[in-house]
Amino acid sequence: MAKVLMKGNEALAEAAIMSGCRHFFGYPITPQTELAAYMSKKMPKIGGVYLQAESEIAAINMVLGASAAGKRAMTSSSSPGISLKSEGISYIAGSDLPAVIVNVQRGGPGLGGIQPSQADYWQATRATGHGDFHLLVYAPSTVQEMMDLVTLAFDNADKYRMPVMILSDGMLGQMMEPVEIKQAVESVQVEKTWAACGHGDKRSHNVVNSLYLTPQSLEALVKERFKKYETIKQEEQKADEYMTEDADIIIVAYGASSRISRTAVNMARKEGIKAGLIRPVTLWPYPDMYIEKHIPHTKAFLCVEMSMGQMVDDVRLSVNGRRPVAFYGRTGGIIPSPEEVLTEIRKITGGMK
Amino acid sequence: MAIVFQKPKALLDVPFTYCPGCTHGIIHRLVAETIDELGIEGHTVGVAPVGCAVMNYNFFACDMVQAPHGRAPAVATGLKRAIPTNIVFTYQGDGDLAAIGTAETVHAAARGENITIIFVNNAIYGMTGGQMAPTSLPNQVTQTTPYGRDTSYSGYPIRVCEMLATLDGTALAQRVTVDNVKNVLNAKKAIKKAFTYQIEKKGFSIVEVLSTCPTNWGLDAQESLQWLRDNMIPYYPLGVYKDIVDVKEDSK
Repeated sequence: MAKVLMKGNEALAEAAIMSGCRHFFGYPITPQTELAAYMSKKMPKIGGVYLQAESEIAAINMVLGASAAGKRAMTSSSSPGISLKSEGISYIAGSDLPAVIVNVQRGGPGLGGIQPSQADYWQATRATGHGDFHLLVYAPSTVQEMMDLVTLAFDNADKYRMPVMILSDGMLGQMMEPVEIKQAVESVQVEKTWAACGHGDKRSHNVVNSLYLTPQSLEALVKERFKKYETIKQEEQKADEYMTEDADIIIVAYGASSRISRTAVNMARKEGIKAGLIRPVTLWPYPDMYIEKHIPHTKAFLCVEMSMGQMVDDVRLSVNGRRPVAFYGRTGGIIPSPEEVLTEIRKITGGMK
Repeated sequence: MAIVFQKPKALLDVPFTYCPGCTHGIIHRLVAETIDELGIEGHTVGVAPVGCAVMNYNFFACDMVQAPHGRAPAVATGLKRAIPTNIVFTYQGDGDLAAIGTAETVHAAARGENITIIFVNNAIYGMTGGQMAPTSLPNQVTQTTPYGRDTSYSGYPIRVCEMLATLDGTALAQRVTVDNVKNVLNAKKAIKKAFTYQIEKKGFSIVEVLSTCPTNWGLDAQESLQWLRDNMIPYYPLGVYKDIVDVKEDSK
């Protein structure tokens, strides 16, 4: 099939529409702008809803409402806006509702900057809102993958009845790449018998709710959810590997920084350094099984991020002290160069015996 | 034997969780009677707030969604935009609607969102134990204004219907109360009108119901109703603040 040139943010939007999403609620923020703009152009033409909310808080709650009605719903934002959506995301998780939330990350904290960043990893994987819950988190690294993961995100949101985040960044959102629009991608639609869509005098009322005042009931429900999370950990881990089979040093990087790291691996190989790359595609569940299988032959790991070091926690947890784990990162909207990463590789391998 | 009085079908046969003497029960009944009379229960979805009425998802027989504090109009917007043929209402207190949810309320009205809001104003946060609300009256003693609400320090109460009446998207903004039979009947008419306007796709409708909180006001049921008449009604006059149908008739 012929390829078309698309911006990352537009690819996310088009993929959502292709996946059957007809309800998008947004609020302007850089650098996710093109996603909402694309939706506002396309949705009216296909009988869908694009609505600009009064705030990120309202937008995520509109998603909550549309999802409660049984529809595929989506919102997108960038870092500060995701903080505002955190409340709603917690309620969506606590109400067992599916939803897809896109974060096109920029530098923080506070108003931070508008250049690409990966400093919301902790927020996405640890604390997007209060309470015991997880989001499924996907991290694309190409415009094509942005399209493909959106469909998977909607399918798994419905399958597991939970919020799913696409953790992108300003670089991926803004850049253009050729993509194949896979019209044939069949999204799996499930029947939503739990939806608050009007009982039609045919059943007792459905209630979408996250309030459980009896501690025993709440604990039982949260534990039930965590059983589901265990299944997801077993079945949904995804990562991409590059030259890892014989690698002495494995870089672990996702999204934009994985592209830089891949170039650095090629440069290292030219120097005779056996470098490889593991690129997590799911950030939660963390693809620890991909790290596990390389522990026997790998001498060290190097985590590269556009942050002060957040995912490196998960690399360390996966490695569990069996090999050294180093970190290299730039933050504030700075993308590390392949040369910088290569320097780090040399530092580590230079000391190897 | 002829049935002369019964529970509305749109109210489930479960005990309320409200304090004795509180007027939430009456207001629930009026909403449920309206749903029954309009025959819309099967395609109505209600949105419960955070506050005393949070558990009304257990009381109303239609499908229900429980919203985060103040976000009910946004949740209702999502529900309505998802299935526009459904009737969507929120049931919110004064803290929920006029403090934490002010933006959601104002913008739902500004958009002319075709939903109905039942706004229960009792001038206090009930569920959390009686703190100052955005609608607490000047000099009113609450848990967090123990010396009375000092307007020079804590500001002034918000008159919600008057404010929303200024917005083009508002189809109906009416303030009622339920302190006596006549007012209860009037409140019922207003609520039914609000739901009817939604059915007729006229836009945003809100009915503010002045209500009591005997527990946190520290008064008994009778005294509470009298306090409402003596203090709340003068500050929050009953009446229709906007009705697009009247406006059209006037302009003829």
